[in-house]
Amino acid sequence: MEHIITANPYFGVFVLFVLTFGAFTATTIIARLASRALAAKDTEKIKLSVYECGPEVTKQPNRLSPQFYLFALLFLLFDVEIVFMFPWAVDFKVLGWFGFTEMILFIILLAIGFVYAWKKGALEWHNIK
Amino acid sequence: MDVAYLIATVVKIVIILLVFSALAGFGTYFERKVLAFMQRRLGPMYVGPYGLLQIAADGIKLFTKEDIIPANVVKPIFKIAPVITAATAFMAAAAIPFMPSFTIGGYEVKPIVSDINVGLLYIFGVMGVGLYGPLLGGMASANKWSIISAARSAAVFISYEVVTGLSILAPVMMVGSLSLIDFNNWQIENGWIVMYQPLAFILFWIAAFAETGRTPFHLVANDHEIIDGFGTEYSGMRWGLFFIGEYANMFFISFVIPLIFLGGFGEGTFVDGLLFFGKMAFFFFFFLWTRAAWPDVRPDQLMWLCWKVLMPLAVINVVITGIVMM
Repeated sequence: MEHIITANPYFGVFVLFVLTFGAFTATTIIARLASRALAAKDTEKIKLSVYECGPEVTKQPNRLSPQFYLFALLFLLFDVEIVFMFPWAVDFKVLGWFGFTEMILFIILLAIGFVYAWKKGALEWHNIK
Repeated sequence: MDVAYLIATVVKIVIILLVFSALAGFGTYFERKVLAFMQRRLGPMYVGPYGLLQIAADGIKLFTKEDIIPANVVKPIFKIAPVITAATAFMAAAAIPFMPSFTIGGYEVKPIVSDINVGLLYIFGVMGVGLYGPLLGGMASANKWSIISAARSAAVFISYEVVTGLSILAPVMMVGSLSLIDFNNWQIENGWIVMYQPLAFILFWIAAFAETGRTPFHLVANDHEIIDGFGTEYSGMRWGLFFIGEYANMFFISFVIPLIFLGGFGEGTFVDGLLFFGKMAFFFFFFLWTRAAWPDVRPDQLMWLCWKVLMPLAVINVVITGIVMM
């Protein structure tokens, strides 16, 4: 199969973006209209309360375990690494030994950070020393 | 840019939208049937022949459900979250070549919406944006279960994105391109990549389960722990859009895995095309099979598996590939 030659390859992506968002927004609007016309309605006030969190509707504080923030930090460390590694991988054969050694050094630097996080207990659940 | 290209692009996109929306519906039917047969049940049987019209019945039910927006939710975000999930799932389709090119009335049709040279990067990027659906939906719901689910889905998606990216690096080094068409063409000459990179194949396959939120890693919406997770407060078609997004994601991942590792559609003869759909069907079936055969893991086990086992293995795989190729 040959490549398609066009002015801009991202044109299709743009059309897809517009059409999908349009189609799915239209779906929710149609569903809302249909349910207004057809659904069995019930004027019970307590129905609008939050599911299985007590009958009174109160604003709840959204508290999260700090563990999730640690994972976010780890992700930042390693996903930035991958962003740098993708162009290297594409041009791997061109860059040769020089590029390979550079990348090994980069990985070793990150591995030190990874070992530190492991020793510090950032990878265990609820066990932050 | 000529008119024929414009029309072809729009027609392809409309076909993708229609076919994969229908397939997402059929996916729920397949799932119920497969799970039922594995448990010696019959599954849906009453609506239509072999229960085939069950999908239509479900659609009518979803559309005529009362559209409830609970008190205390952040309304604009609550409304846009399902649309983001479904739309980003379908946007990943833009860079996937779905079948070999063919000719209709002298016009050669190439079944790929836009031939991007960084196709793989685009697919992973768009799937990463798909995280905002569960995350925003869960955080806007003002519900304990939803907020736990939002945090879990963020942790799972971003952790396994690292594994996906690292495991795909070794094949990218061998092929020297990020376009799925180049992957396909490379494998015609050199044989399937899975023979050179079995470890990368298995790592990517495991990560695919986490990226789509399927059963061994289904703690995003684990029924017995956190009700329905980010979907707890949703009703009707808004909830249905989350479902369409999940199933469309499963189908697209099932297309991407054979294209990267198992030869894709090869030279593009009719038999090759059929084989490609066979491979894709197997990977989709494997999602359902796993759901019937495996229990869910705990969140801490999931993180342990990702950061202490899969991630180091993927890095070692990249280094070894580099040494062997030098």
